[in-house]
Amino acid sequence: MDNHSTTPVDPRVLARMLPFFSEDFGNAASRSHAFGWKAEAAVEAAREEIAKLIGATGREIVLTSGATESDNLALTGVTDFLASKGNHVITQQTEHKAVLDTCKALEKRGVAVTYLGVDKYGRVDPQAVADAITLRTVLVSVMLANNEVGTLQPIREIGALCRARGVLFHTDAAQGVGKIPFDVEAHNVDLASLSAHKMYGPKGVGALYVRRKNPRVRLTPIIHGGGHERGMRSGTLNVPAIVGFGEAAKIAGAEMPAESSRIQALRDKLARLITAELDQVQQNGHPVERLPGNLNLSFAYVEGEALMMAMRDVAVSSGSACTSASLEPSYVLRAMGVPDELTHASIRFGLGRFNVDEEVDHVARLVVAGVKKLRAMSPLYEMAQEGIDPASVAWGAP
Amino acid sequence: MEYGSRVLEICENPKNVGAFPKSAADVGTGVVGAPACGDVMKLQIKVGDDHVIEDAKFKTFGCGSAIASSSLVTEWVKGKTIDQALAIRNVDIATELALPPIKVHCSVLAEDAIKAAIFDHRRKQAGAAPTTAPEVAP
Ligand SMILES: Cc1ncc(COP(=O)(O)O)c(C=O)c1O
Repeated sequence: MDNHSTTPVDPRVLARMLPFFSEDFGNAASRSHAFGWKAEAAVEAAREEIAKLIGATGREIVLTSGATESDNLALTGVTDFLASKGNHVITQQTEHKAVLDTCKALEKRGVAVTYLGVDKYGRVDPQAVADAITLRTVLVSVMLANNEVGTLQPIREIGALCRARGVLFHTDAAQGVGKIPFDVEAHNVDLASLSAHKMYGPKGVGALYVRRKNPRVRLTPIIHGGGHERGMRSGTLNVPAIVGFGEAAKIAGAEMPAESSRIQALRDKLARLITAELDQVQQNGHPVERLPGNLNLSFAYVEGEALMMAMRDVAVSSGSACTSASLEPSYVLRAMGVPDELTHASIRFGLGRFNVDEEVDHVARLVVAGVKKLRAMSPLYEMAQEGIDPASVAWGAP
Repeated sequence: MEYGSRVLEICENPKNVGAFPKSAADVGTGVVGAPACGDVMKLQIKVGDDHVIEDAKFKTFGCGSAIASSSLVTEWVKGKTIDQALAIRNVDIATELALPPIKVHCSVLAEDAIKAAIFDHRRKQAGAAPTTAPEVAP
């Protein structure tokens, strides 16, 4: 149940990919023989499927190694190309590190970056974006859906106001595409980052949507070489992975409505089963404007990593510091104003295509048993039972 | 992160989870850490007249390594004198549990918890000496 981290490759996707490792091994850039033509045709068909899923045209899809590269290309490429026009970028605090760390790198190169705050649900206020735009602003980057708490951003409104102000709008759509409707026209998006492995495709392949008209977006490449992808991203194309990405996009487009309501029902059932048995469980993220498969809960007085250990055969993740290499608790929950003790107590469930009803029952049972066991050994729960609010105690300095 | 087998084993079946009455004169309570940091350990010792730790209990809010460290030290201090318990070092705990560097702070916290419990017990003994130890009066 950690489908936000990655998803398994759909068997239908794998079946489409396999021939491209063996008999159809051609280089899509080889123009002189049938192996190359076949590979090129397969890549172009995949590109069309990816474009179709987001309401774009194939020529607007730049294939990359994943959403991380797409974010880097969008932010660095646009600011570099528009350097003579301005040097200001607006983003927000709960973006993926692929955006935030790229922004930090841009700051070292003299670009000014505004990191907007979010409300307690993790949403940015479109008015705050409008207020932050200056004459020097060249790009706004706000994600479609957050990878930790599933919160959907008001990107349609943000896109519209950027369009009105003549500022380009990029969205990291890695978590949302294939799960919720996303259309570059309806949402007023100029650039969008996609990743295949978040939608039952292979890892290491993604795309950047780059608008070709109204307005035409130009950018400076970050990977130089043979001029592939219309000069925006050089390098021999990973044909099998791209074919898989295309198939994954096609399946997502066809099955999204039924799939997202099925997954949402499972997610809601999981929340119901857990909260029926446990008190002091806080739901993080937006109650309605969220990814159908995302459930992020804080179990007061229970440390997230210990809880993950108590349900070891289930894959979930936690905002607890103990799970991160840096020993810092989740910056996303922090930006939302969740107190650190509840951030340490948070668990992210990400339901996906291959989760079934029985798993939800099983996971709910494990969570309930684990929380009860850990609360019985929690000094904070004991204090709370004795009527002392742990938050009122003067704890030693960290 | 992958856990060592000792940590897993102890977390499956932690020893000495529980509490003694905090106000009892022969009980020392140490609470260390902070919820905002993700670790709070409460360690209690019950000390006999001969300065031997007869029993120990803990409650811990924290990751698996923190729980395992607390459980381990409650086992270690039982039957030890106060002075022997004070000699327990975090490296002993970290070595026994094969804690990775990033988890060593859990063993530091466990060492601090023993010390805090012992100091609490000493403080109580000093303050309560006339009533709890009349038999030692000349
Ligand atoms: C919102 C978001 N952006 C970017 C990425 C990075 O994607 P990729 O693994 O394809 O580089 C992820 C996945 O971790 C993500 O969730």
